[in-house]
Formats: sequence, C-alpha cells, structure tokens
Amino acid sequence: MAPIARLLLLMLLSAALSISSGSGDGFSINGRVRIPQGLGTKGFALPGKTSNVKVILNGGQIVTYLRPDGYFSFQNIPAGTHLIEVAAIGYFFSPVRVDVSARNPGKVQAALTENRRGLSELVLEPLKDEQYYEIREPFSIMNVVKSPMGLMMGFMVVVVFLMPKLVENMDPEEMRRAQEEMRSQGVPSLASLLPGGGRN
Amino acid sequence: MVLPLIAGLVREESGLGWDDNMKMITCDRVTYDAAVTIHPKYAPFLNKKIEFYDEMSLVVGQDMATGSFAKTFVDIDLDNVVEGSLPLNFENEDVDEERTKSEKLGEIAEALKKFTEDKTPHPFAMPITHAFLLFLIFSSLQPTLSLYEDQVGLTDWHQQYIGKVKQAVFHTHKTGRKRVVVSTEDNVIATLDLRRGEIFWRHVLGHNDVVDGIVIALGKYVITLSSEGSILRAWNLPDGQMVWESSLHGPKHSKSLLVMTNVVIEKDNVVIIFSNGRLHAVSCIDGEVLWNKDFEVESLVVQKVIQPPGSNFVYVVGFAASSHFEMYQINAMNGELRKHESAAFSGGFSGEVSLVSSETLVALDSTGLILLRISFHKGNVSIQQTPISNLVEDSLGPAVIIPSSIMELFAIKINAVTIFIRVTGTGKLEVVEKANHETAVGDALSISEGQQAFGLVQHAGRDIHLTVKLAHDWGGDLLKESIKMDQQRGLVHKVFINNYVRTDGSYGFRALIVMEDHSLLLLQQGAIVWSREDGLASIIDVTTSELPVERAGVSVAKVELNLFEWLKGHMLKLKGTLMLASPEDIAAIQYMRLKSSEKSKMTRDHNGFRKLLIALTRAGKLFALHTGDGRIVWSLLLQSLHKSEACQHPIGLNLCPWQVPHHHALDENPSVLVVGRCGPSSDAPGVISFVDSYTGKELSSSSLVHSVAQVIPLPYTDSTEQRFHLLIDADKHAHLYPKTPEAIGIFRREFSNIYWYSVEDDNGIIKGYALKSKCDGNVADKFCFGSRELWSIVLPSESEKIIATVTRKLNEAVHTQAKLIAADQDVMYKYISRNLLFVATVAPKASGEIGSVTPEESWLVVYLIDTVTGFVLHRVTHHGSQGPVEAVFSENWVVYHYFNLRAHRYEMSVIEIYDQSRADNKDVWKLVVGKHNLTSPISSYSRSEVVTKSQSYFFTHSLKAIAVTSTAKGITSKQLLIGTIGDQVLALDKRFLDPRRSVNPTQAEREEGIIPLTDSLPIIPQSYITHNLRVEGLRGIITVPAKLESTTLVFAHGLDLFFTHFAPSRTYDSLTEDFSCALLLITIVVLVAAIFVTWVLSQRKELQDKWR
Repeated sequence: MAPIARLLLLMLLSAALSISSGSGDGFSINGRVRIPQGLGTKGFALPGKTSNVKVILNGGQIVTYLRPDGYFSFQNIPAGTHLIEVAAIGYFFSPVRVDVSARNPGKVQAALTENRRGLSELVLEPLKDEQYYEIREPFSIMNVVKSPMGLMMGFMVVVVFLMPKLVENMDPEEMRRAQEEMRSQGVPSLASLLPGGGRN
Repeated sequence: MVLPLIAGLVREESGLGWDDNMKMITCDRVTYDAAVTIHPKYAPFLNKKIEFYDEMSLVVGQDMATGSFAKTFVDIDLDNVVEGSLPLNFENEDVDEERTKSEKLGEIAEALKKFTEDKTPHPFAMPITHAFLLFLIFSSLQPTLSLYEDQVGLTDWHQQYIGKVKQAVFHTHKTGRKRVVVSTEDNVIATLDLRRGEIFWRHVLGHNDVVDGIVIALGKYVITLSSEGSILRAWNLPDGQMVWESSLHGPKHSKSLLVMTNVVIEKDNVVIIFSNGRLHAVSCIDGEVLWNKDFEVESLVVQKVIQPPGSNFVYVVGFAASSHFEMYQINAMNGELRKHESAAFSGGFSGEVSLVSSETLVALDSTGLILLRISFHKGNVSIQQTPISNLVEDSLGPAVIIPSSIMELFAIKINAVTIFIRVTGTGKLEVVEKANHETAVGDALSISEGQQAFGLVQHAGRDIHLTVKLAHDWGGDLLKESIKMDQQRGLVHKVFINNYVRTDGSYGFRALIVMEDHSLLLLQQGAIVWSREDGLASIIDVTTSELPVERAGVSVAKVELNLFEWLKGHMLKLKGTLMLASPEDIAAIQYMRLKSSEKSKMTRDHNGFRKLLIALTRAGKLFALHTGDGRIVWSLLLQSLHKSEACQHPIGLNLCPWQVPHHHALDENPSVLVVGRCGPSSDAPGVISFVDSYTGKELSSSSLVHSVAQVIPLPYTDSTEQRFHLLIDADKHAHLYPKTPEAIGIFRREFSNIYWYSVEDDNGIIKGYALKSKCDGNVADKFCFGSRELWSIVLPSESEKIIATVTRKLNEAVHTQAKLIAADQDVMYKYISRNLLFVATVAPKASGEIGSVTPEESWLVVYLIDTVTGFVLHRVTHHGSQGPVEAVFSENWVVYHYFNLRAHRYEMSVIEIYDQSRADNKDVWKLVVGKHNLTSPISSYSRSEVVTKSQSYFFTHSLKAIAVTSTAKGITSKQLLIGTIGDQVLALDKRFLDPRRSVNPTQAEREEGIIPLTDSLPIIPQSYITHNLRVEGLRGIITVPAKLESTTLVFAHGLDLFFTHFAPSRTYDSLTEDFSCALLLITIVVLVAAIFVTWVLSQRKELQDKWR
C-alpha cells in the first residue's frame, strides 16, 4: 500500500502544480477529469466509468486515457499554448486552452474555450450531458385524436350523432320542401359530380 | 502582337460551355463564329486549334504565374478580394439546356416554394413512392431528425475491428473467461474472447503511439510499451481501465524491448524495458521506475534483453560499430553492471538474431552467407562460424534469419525456402528440415518444466497444415492438423499458440493465426472456431454498386410472410403505438423490425436503399458489404496486389466503378476498376484489375508498363457502358483505358475538351494541362497522350505551404442554378462549375501542431482556382489561423474547418460563389414571360464576374473528416456530416453555415429560413447520426444518394464501420417507420361498419316514421 499512497500524494501535488518541467526536454501537463455523479444518470456512459474517456492534446497529437481516479498527464510538451479536448460518450466537454510557459513553469493558465472561463486548476468537468435519443412521448388521448385516423373518427361521430339532431331541429315544412327539391333534381349520380361529367 | 489577342479571345470568349465533368470544356461553333464576326482578326486561328492552344499555354501560363505572385505579395492583407473571373456559361448536367422555358419557369416556381416552405422541398416534385402519402402530409410528425432509442439498428449497423494483429498474449490460466490480448498495426490494444472472437475491450492509441510490446503482469494487468518505447501503460485486464502510466526517457532512439521478469524487489514484480538507449526496471504495481542504466558504448545497438530463468540478472546483448558483439550482465535488483564482455568479428553482423538458449544466440554475418553461433555462457563470449553452404548443399544467395526464441532451434529463409536448423549441446549445427512451402513459425511456448513447444503452419494447396512440435524433438509432433482454408485469405503471416489440458490429462493446442488479408482466425481441434475480418479496419477506397434487378424466376432468398403473419405483426405494432404492449410484445416487435428480411435481400429495391458497398483494403483485398445488414457478400484477395517477385510492395490506390450497365448492356454485370502500384513512390509501375461486382471474380488484371500518379474518370462510356479513365503517370503522360479502338474513336472527338491539373504540395505548384495527340518520345502507343502545360500557379514557398485541396464530387446532382432571395424578390445565380479547386495554404512555420506558433507568425490562405484556365476566382487570408484544414465542396459553396490561434478555438468558414454576369436576369417577371437568357450563351465581351459571400463561425471540436449529404436529384436541402475528434458523426444543417445569417433577420428572411446569427455553431446531441456509438479511428465519410430523393446513405469508416440512412429534411416522400398501417386499416373498417350501422338505423327510423 505504501507505494500507492506515495503515488497518490505525488498526483495530488502534481494536480496543484499542474504544469511542471519534466525530466525530458519538454514540460508535462497534469490534470484531472471529474464527472459529477449527478450528471450522467440519464447518459450512456456509466457514472464513474472512465475507461473509455480519451484526453486529446492538440487535435490528436497525443491521446491519453484516465487513471481510475480521473488523473491524466501529458509528457514532453513544448512551451506554447495548447488545446486539450476530452472525448467521452454521453458528455459534452469544452476544449481547454492551456498555456505552458517556459519562464514560470509552475504557473497554471487554463481556460475553457467555450465560455472563456478561467480554471485555477486543471480539473475538467462536463458542461452538460448529451442525450442522443429522442424521448418517446407518453401515450395520450390527444395524440390519438390528433392523428388522421382520430380526426376521421371525430368527423364520423359528429356526422352520426350531431347531424340527426340538426335535422330534427329543422322545421318540418322546410324539410319537406328540401326533399321535394332533391327529388325534382333527381338522384345525383357520381358522373354528374365529376368535373366535366355533367355535360354528357 | 498576336499572342495577347488570342489570350483575350480565350479569356473573354464565353461560348465555351462547360460540360458536366471537370476535365471537359465544350465550345460551340456558333459562338466562335460570332466572336470572329466581331473581331475578324481572330478568324485565321479558328482552324488551327492545336497550335492556338500551344500559344495560349505560353501566354496564359506566364500571365498566371506572375499574376499570382504579384497578388501574393501585394494583396496579402486584403481579405475577400475577388480576383480575376472567367466569363463562361456554366451549365450543369442536371440543368438540361434542351429544357423548354416553361420547365424553367416551373423550376423557378419550385425553388420559390422550396425557400418559402421552410426549406422542406415540395413532395410533389418527387416520384411518390407510397400510396399513402396523403396521410403523411396530414399526420403530425415529430419535428426532429433524430432517432428514438428503439430505432437503433433498423437502418444502421456498426462493426468493430482492430486491424492486423502483430502480437498476441493468451490469458487462459484462470478458470474465468478465456481471453487473448492483442496489439495491432493500427495502434490498438484489445482483449478478445477466445470462445467467439468478440472484443471485450479495446483502446485505440494515438496515430504516432505505436505499440512496441505487450506483456501480462501479475495475472491482472496488461502492460504495454508504446511511442518508441517512451510510454509504458498498465491496463486492468478485465475491464480495460488504465491503471498507471509512466514515461521513460533516454539519451537516444533505439529499438524498444519489453521483458517480463520474475524478479521481485520489495514485493514488487519488475518489468524490464530497454528503450531510448537506456535500461529501465519498472514496478508492475504502480509504474514507478525502480532503477535505470545507461550504456557507455556509443554505437551500441541492443538486440536482446534476456533473463535466464531462475536468475536475478539480465543479459543485454547487442552489436556495436557493426563488428563488435557486446554483452552486459546486469543485476536486475539494482541495475549494477556485473560483467561486460565484447568480442570482435571482422565479418560484421546483419539483421535479426535468434535466441537458441538463454545464453546462446544465432546471427548472420553481413554477407548473409555465414551463420554465427554466439555463446556468452557464464559471461565468456565466443563466436563460432558455420558457412551455410556446409549445411545446405544447393544454397542460393544470402539468407535471412527468422527471429525466434525456441530452445536449440532456429529457422532461416533463403529465397522462398525455410530451413530449420538445430543447435546441439556441443554447438554443432544440423539441418532438420527444408520446407519449400510457405511457412510461418510461431514463438516458443513452455508447456512443462524444460519442455518447449512451438507452432508451425505450412501451406499445401488449398489446405494449411498446423503442426505443434516439441523444441528438442523435431520428429515428435504434438499436434498435426490439416485445415481447409479459404483461398481469399492468402498466406499465413503469424502464428500464436496456446495450450490447454484436456480431460484425459494430455495437452491440447489452439492456434491464433494472422492471414495475409489481415484477418484473425482461431484454430482448435482441426477446425476454424472463429474468424475476424480485421482487414476492414484499413479501408483505402470505397465505391458502391447496384444489386441485380429482381426478375421473375430469380428466387428471392426468403419466402414472404403470409397475410396472417403480416396482420399479426401490425397488431403488435398497433399495440406498441397505443402503449398497450407488454415487455414481451415489445421485444417481439423489436426483433421483427431488426430481422426484417426486406432489408437484406440480394436484389435492387424501389427506394435504392439496398446496394453493395465495395471496399478496397490496405491488404489488397476487396470486400462487398450489403448495405442492409453489413454482411460480407463476397471478398477477393486481388492477385494484382499480391506480393510477388516483380511487385515487392504493392499498394492499392483507387477503386472506380468501371462498368455500370443501365441502358445498353443490361445483361452485363457491373464491374469495378482497382488501380494500384508496386511501391510507395509515384514512379513505381502500376497494376490494374477489373472485378465483377456481383460475383467478386477478377475478370482480368495486368501490370502496367507505366506508373500511376493520378486516376481521372472521364464522363464518357463506350457501347458496353465501360467508363473511360485516364491514368496519368509520373512523366505526365495520360493513358486511356479501356484500350479499345472504339474508345479511342470517342476519345479523339472529345480530345480538345479534356483538361487536367496537378498539385505538387512539396514545392507549392499547381499546374493545369491539356492533352497532346501523342506521347513524346514513346513508341507507337495510340492510347498514350502527352500533356502540355497550360498554366501554373507558383505559391511562394517561404510564405505558403499547401495543406489541403478539395474539389466537388464528380457525380453530384444540382437541382437548380438559381437561388431565390425571398426578402427582396431577387434571384442569384449559383456559380456551378465542376472545375473549381479549393486550395488551403498555411505559413510553413504553422504547418506543425497547434501550439507551435504564435498568432502573429501564422496565417491561412484560401484560394478558389478554376482548373481549366488557372484563374484565381477568390482568395481569402485568415490571419492568426493554422491548419489542419478539413474542407468540403458542394454546389457553389465550400465549407472549411481550421484553427483560429487568436481565439484559440476551431472555426468553420463558408464561401458561397454567385455568378454576377447574369445579375441582370434577376427580374423574376422577365423569367416568367420568358425574356431571360438562361440558356443562350452570354455575350462574349460582357465582363463576367463572380461574387462571393462568406462568414465564419466557431466550432467546438477538432475534425477528423467532413462530408456533405448527397441526394438523387439534389432537391433536398443539404446537411454537413462532421466526423468529430470523439469519433462521432454529427449532422449540421447547411443553413447554420449560411453567409446571409445576420443578428436580426427581417421577417422576410426569417420566412426564408435564415437563422439568427450566433458566434458558434450549435452541437445538438440528437443530431449525432452515430448516436451513442463511436467509429473509432474515423478516417472517411462517404455519402451515396438513394433513389428516394429524401434519403442519403452514409458510410463512415475508420477502424470501425458505420452505415445508416439519413434524411436531411426528414422522409417527406415516404411513410415513417412507425406509421401504423393496422391503425389505418382498422379506422377504415370501423368507418365502413359505422356507415352500414347508421344506414340500417336510418332506414329503421324512416320505416318507423312511415308507420306513424
């Protein structure tokens, strides 16, 4: 257990001192990805499962993965301004700009590029989780009524139940007159209803 | 005096009508005559076409070169400068010149509708494919493009691959799941299920993070050494979680070796790594470097690090100054040097070494004719020489050692013969077998104390023989199996064996073999247990082919469902819609939808969804995948791309549709052309093959006498529908295929209309060419044509470096040329040309990675160049920006993605090009009464101009690929398909990249569909067409139009393959998948029943009334 404790201590130190000069010719960037437990319950990556999260420097120059505690590090980085992206299914991470300066290597200068928020330490958190699917609307009677079939049914109901009522309320005299009128015109055939069909 | 006039004629002449292809320009006689009447001076040149072009090349070429230079230096700060433009009448193939004016009118009206109806194209313009379309229009649809979770797998499929395996380590000791850990040439580390070959977990490392070695430590960690030995990582074996990561540094680059030891320091198991010229001991538990050791000999090339079993020291052996053998004995506990010996050998050493015991190795001298047995027993180095000719009588030429570490045995290869040689205890060498067949040897496997076995695979005709032998006993085979092997897999490249104990206590063996086509197979008990087609992880090029037409007599694979089944299915569906379905029902529905036999039939369908995707892989194998379910219909290992004496390093280049029968030759099967070359350099000789798309048989193949630098498909076909292709070789000669007299006849007629260009990225030169009638200096080959340089653009190498070039897709359909601006009843004409080339250059300093330059010293320059004349139509400088640039060109716009160093964000810019020369045609009423001159050529001397509109937006992610949707007629609005750094594919509506977006669009603009301006492009998670899947190692996105206008087929490939149907404006021309036919039927039945019931009721009522 002793080495693990030592390692953890080392990592905590390195997180506070996010950019340190490495043993090689460049610097190293150390940081941490933290996915809050509250997020991601609806998402598709299991909460806390970090094995498929990639951390990408400068659009693919270096790709690294997370340790179980969420820490990551890039070694041998030249001084300059770099871009770190986190690729995790189910979460939206803002890219982070990190300045590695040769003059004061202990200084952290990191900012989210999406909202220009500065970071005091390199702890990356998702801005939001991503829901890739539409949620099916729950069943409601209105949906059925609004569907073409529902409308057809509704019209039918209107015709069946309301029309007789309308007819009943009509004056019997007027009714008879209308019926006679209909009879005098003859039964309307389908041909006469069609445009141009009435001529012959 | 004459020359400038000719140049003027060419420049301002507008009767040169564009035909549909980029390499072609048509010139009608009438315009020429008209030009001559106005300027009689030109008449003498009319009949001297060839000479005339010769002069032109001189003038235009010089003019353009100087022009571009001047511009580069003078106008460098001017953004959005429209450069010279070309007064040409651009007609698209889809906008047919023969159309009547009324049709044109209809088109304009349609365009107007299209823009006013919220960009959803009018459904009546399309072939209506479904009888129930009306219902669709009335039904209320979800206003979304995305998927419901239960729709996954209906139209999409996803396949995961790992690439060609280069190292495999078995993990079978525990009683749990048996697995194998592999590393591949595509920088993948994966564990596979030994029972079925499925991936348990997989990690794709960065593109320059090459895996050098893998070991399993402590029975629970996979330790990998990668990135030239500078990164050591440990992964948890069950779930692939990274446990620790260490970086190792050293003084120089060297071979990287990873050795698992059984040394224990303070209860830590230690792994020993030699990398970057330094020896490291690393703890397995936390990755801490326990000690490291440098070697003082400068030129030391370490070959092996050996830990003799049961000892606590390691040997580091290698060669120094190519003639000294160096041996270091190092204490594994603390890295102290215990002994250093060296021995000189005047003959020098070459190549690899084989370990024959823990203190003996075998090497070859520099001539490859003498075997050297080098022993360093107890630290005393001795070298013993044996000429190969003493062992093998008829040895021919130098030998190569096959690196291995089998006790007392090694193998050498002379030409194609593999010779196994035993090293006896006394140091004598004796040949045990000469194998003439292709042989693959695996590494040794300790099966019990002091016993080693190794696997051997030999080819014999159609079979392969797998033999497992004991190292010390050649005659005694532990296993001898013969397995029938698919010829399309080629030779066995690698063998890994693993043993298990059978129930009767004897040893059984399983072998993992890697084939020439990169596939991976597990052999056990004389059979192939599983196989993986990992060749598909490295697709070079993709094309599609139609399936055969369904005809009477052609039996369809599956019997259609009967009516009862059909009704039952729909009842279930209805239940699902009404949310009445039980979980079992839902499962049944889902199964039914996924297993629909309709989508995987081997015939053409109405909607054009079923096609064959033909993919050429790096291993030289062709695969045909069915778009319905992604299964492999056929595969073919191309003989022309097979390694042979004449062709040592064949690589595939292009895959083109060769014969696409649709009018004349319907009985013929379609075929594809595969172009490759023997070696990486562009002057290596080329090879071509023709492959039948239905059967997957190689029709013919040939190796070419010339090289292949470029493949240009031409828009001409012969009577058998064979498409013409021009293969440009390294000497700029064009070779015409097919080589038939008919082809040459057709080609001769179109000869003067063919132009091509070349881009030399190294020295920043873009050149345009026309063809000459003969090859210069060549013997009479009438299919070979020389090239004449017409123009060249030389970019100053000190300030600009070409990083990206993009053109339009050749077969893209454009529906209308006019764009109606609803806001002011205005028309703009899209400048649609097949001959536009997008070129992006950056400052040479900024061509590296992000973060290597400051914004002040980097810039990105974008050009739009006409490839026939060399005119620069548009040029933009983005200061403080750098690559990488990903771009897509479609219709009259180009969208490109780059990095803005000042904002430190990625940006996407759009440039739209409009033809200003027809601006006076913009009166819609003129169009309506037919007074426009859309089809007539534009007056020769009217100064034609293009206008460009552009805008830039921020985009969050890095890009791996970008493509645009393509539909059959080009009516449907377009969406960009963006392959993000997270290996997902995002669909982004082109309307978000409309240069006319403003902060406060007017009411009219809003109606037209203009979105208010935002500084960054939105990322809507629901519009990821790959939903929650990753296409690991994404390299390309290909879109193919379906016959249904609304739908485009999208194929994304990288390590993984992903295919889906995508409707950019929703499926307006067909019913949605969740449309319930049963509900419709039931409604109709109920209505009919209700009519009868009411009829009966009313009759009864009438009767009662009469009785009253």
